[in-house]
Amino acid sequence: MLTTPKRRTTDREGTDMRVTERATPAAPGSPSAVPWEELVTVALLGTDRRAPSWASGREAPAALLDLAAVETVRRRAGLRPAPAGPRPEPAAPDPRPPLPPAAARRLALLLSDRPGTGSGGRRGSAPDLMELLPQWLALANARGFAPPPEALPALLDAARGRTDLRPAVLAFAGPRALWLARLNPDWRFALRSAPGGAELPTEDPGRVQHLWEQGLFAERVALLGALRARQPAAARELLAGTWANERAEDRLMFLDSLRTGLEPADEPFLEQALSDRSRNVRATAAELLSSLPGSALAGRMAARAAACVAVDRTPGEPTLVVEPPHECDPGMERDGVAATPPTGRGERSWWLGQLVEAAPLAIWTGRLGGRTPTEIVALPVADDWRDELHAAWCRAAVRQRDPCWSRALLGPPSAPEAGGPGAVSLAERAKLLSTLGAAERAEWVAGFIATHGLSEAFQLLGVCAVPWAAPLGRAVVDALNIARDAGSYPWSFSGVMGLAERCLDPAETDRLAALTAIPDEPEDASPGAGGYWAEAFQRLTTTLRLRAAMREELGEP
Amino acid sequence: MTEQGVRWTAEQVLALAPDAASRSAGSKLGAAGPWSEAGSSDEGTVWGLCKGSGSRPYQTVVDLADTAGPAYQCSCPSRKFPCKHALGLLLLWAGGDGTVPRGPAPDWAEQWIKRRRHRPREQRQATGPDSPRTADPEAARRRAERRAERITAGAAELEQRLTDLLRGGLATADRDGYGMWEETAARMVDAQAPGLAARVRELGAIPSSGPGWPVRLVEECALLHLLDQGWLRRERLPDGLAATVRSRVGLPGSPGGPSVRDRWLVLAQYDTSDSRLTTRRIWLHGADSGRTVLLLSYGAAGRAPEPALPVGLALEAEVSVYPGAGHLRAALGEQFAPAAPAGIRPPGMTTPQALARYGRALRDDPWLDSFPVTLGRVVPTPVGDSWQLADAEGGTAVPLTPSAGARPGLWRLVALSGGAPVTVFGECGHRGFNPLTAWPEGAGEAVPLC
Repeated sequence: MLTTPKRRTTDREGTDMRVTERATPAAPGSPSAVPWEELVTVALLGTDRRAPSWASGREAPAALLDLAAVETVRRRAGLRPAPAGPRPEPAAPDPRPPLPPAAARRLALLLSDRPGTGSGGRRGSAPDLMELLPQWLALANARGFAPPPEALPALLDAARGRTDLRPAVLAFAGPRALWLARLNPDWRFALRSAPGGAELPTEDPGRVQHLWEQGLFAERVALLGALRARQPAAARELLAGTWANERAEDRLMFLDSLRTGLEPADEPFLEQALSDRSRNVRATAAELLSSLPGSALAGRMAARAAACVAVDRTPGEPTLVVEPPHECDPGMERDGVAATPPTGRGERSWWLGQLVEAAPLAIWTGRLGGRTPTEIVALPVADDWRDELHAAWCRAAVRQRDPCWSRALLGPPSAPEAGGPGAVSLAERAKLLSTLGAAERAEWVAGFIATHGLSEAFQLLGVCAVPWAAPLGRAVVDALNIARDAGSYPWSFSGVMGLAERCLDPAETDRLAALTAIPDEPEDASPGAGGYWAEAFQRLTTTLRLRAAMREELGEP
Repeated sequence: MTEQGVRWTAEQVLALAPDAASRSAGSKLGAAGPWSEAGSSDEGTVWGLCKGSGSRPYQTVVDLADTAGPAYQCSCPSRKFPCKHALGLLLLWAGGDGTVPRGPAPDWAEQWIKRRRHRPREQRQATGPDSPRTADPEAARRRAERRAERITAGAAELEQRLTDLLRGGLATADRDGYGMWEETAARMVDAQAPGLAARVRELGAIPSSGPGWPVRLVEECALLHLLDQGWLRRERLPDGLAATVRSRVGLPGSPGGPSVRDRWLVLAQYDTSDSRLTTRRIWLHGADSGRTVLLLSYGAAGRAPEPALPVGLALEAEVSVYPGAGHLRAALGEQFAPAAPAGIRPPGMTTPQALARYGRALRDDPWLDSFPVTLGRVVPTPVGDSWQLADAEGGTAVPLTPSAGARPGLWRLVALSGGAPVTVFGECGHRGFNPLTAWPEGAGEAVPLC
């Protein structure tokens, strides 16, 4: 053990030693009696310029070097510890169980595949590990595991480069990541994304009221959202209590929180918000009310919309005739109809679209001769109003989450116009699909791919549940197989391939085995395409096996 | 699976990779996908067929039981060593998920293993440490004498240059730039004193090394002078110090000390490289003897030196120590069992004890920059822009070296600690502490920091 000697502080400017030294004074008369500072000064200036007094009889430079050597070793041998700085506050404990060892190793592998760490260039048959990280994180978060602490820097670095990863990374990384982020400015984002990471006091009415009245805007939004998810009525009352004093921008954000758990009891509050000073608040209130089919606003919109659309049976074949509104009266405006159209659109069709979108879809069967939605959508529409009317119905079906109308508007997936630009665009189709159940959605997209191939399918595949249901997976694999046989290069389908790697059910792996062989090249094929396709399918199967292994390592939920 | 205990971890396998690209490529092959007919034997052999871009799969075999570290064989054309297939195969095996079952080796693997197991013994006899010298002891002695004379001439010349330099003042060294040092270093290479040459080259880099350079330059000039003088008077030095001077000047030594058999825990492995050479340092800790020794190996620039010993493994082996320099450097001798994971941890000490150990080590080797120590119960603590390791009890601490504070390993250390005490192995010296490996306070594997 070192005993602490008396500290003779010698001021040592310019030394690189960051360990403090034991200032053991040299015995008088010994060579080290010359202070180190003097040795350094003489060495810097040169013995010719500053002749030292202690270099008697010997050549001065050698004497200087002798003394400096003794002093250097003496200084090093006498190093003392530095005084300890204030220790960092320990990180909050993470109560979650640690990852199973195999899963921890997998995480390290996924994180080691960051851009710039690999050889770059063409991906070959090796899986894109970084793309699997979101799935791995979702699984690990669902199972409730804590990360190995030494993996946190790599996790935070990954989230730093990819904002889309941040919520999942921060949820998984837990309290120690926030502790780290306070020490490293590179990871500041973690502190911004998780406001204190504190629990919201939704169970304690007194603390709720206090936070609502005293909290920062972000805290109040989070509180309102959390409370609304648990007790919709309590959240509404909390908001109504301070509504009149809130700023317009804040009112808009708060009102938006009511979208969660919207219920008929919200109607009086929303009706009141229809006469708000802010136009955006009024529009949002109207939109929310129109999503409540039983609301008075929905009834008013129903009456207005119904007046515009009718079945005309005079020519023989029943046809829909459309008579858009002639004016946008103050009542319509109060109910959220925007009076001024965007440039390039006619006023009357603009108003019509808004009325039909906000009217409950249930009225149309009664209004149009007891027809089902499918029959209504099939009716011809006079005077080129078809696209306008169908588009409005699409928006209504999405807003009102009406699977019956969505199904009717989507039509059969094999319909010829489903593939091309029809009344309903691919983006609208994707939205309509999202109102259907997962199985039905997958089946519709499978049918679409079987008829129209993969070139238009990317957007639609994006709304399908992961892992893909069996019929959908099979349709995608078959379509890829057809594309290969057609002789094109696989990178024309790299988007779908990438999706398939992440979304295809690993149970499909065995069916893919045959495709990983290099086929004989047909005469009209692009040169070398067969090899590239085999490589792409190998990557697909390797990735699927990897995903199966990932899932297994993390265990059942 | 029962053999789970002796399988390596993925980190240990990846530590074998010669470079970052192989590491990444190997990880990708560490899944069952491309592999078939994979298997392993009780003797520490792993084999498998890996589907590549060609029609025939590559045949990959790894022998982990070899005394000089793992040996690899792969039919792929890669010149990396080990290739990505060998790494992928080992990762698959390390995963322990049943894709590499135990079983008899196929013929192609068995043949290679048999050939290997026969060869090394003959080779070892052929290149035994004494064989060149015993060939003609008289000629060898004359060669050694001639070299010593050259070094003496070089040391005298270097002394003259240092004297001239101090006469004019070190402040001018900044102005003269790197060229003067580079020329002097070349003269020392001619004098067959590579140790002197390396020190001279380092002197040349000090004037551009940031604040405080004059003090560092005085220190290093003085130590170089000390080494010159040590060489010129080596006959009058005690044996141990004379041996230290010889090895510091750059004369090759041979491990002469008695062999120490122990369970050697791999504490750390890291490479440094310049334009010519990659140097690998492996620190071993003897579980029974309590000794810490250094294995040094070299490879051409850009190629990984052999052997590769992943951190956390322990090997039952003999090492023999080189003379001089505090008996830190050793050579790995006979290995009695394949390297396997072990739950051994080196015992820790406090920061005052660690600095005292460095101070004591300077008695045997005044040129020593740092000494290997394990700190027990220290907390990584930020101080301004830098970090220190503070004893959990008491008010003492040792700062991290400036280069350690800039490495990503620092943040792994900080994350592992989370403000709680950890055990840290590293090199403790006058520049501060260079952390190489850490263990959490409770149970947990070694975490490499370099």
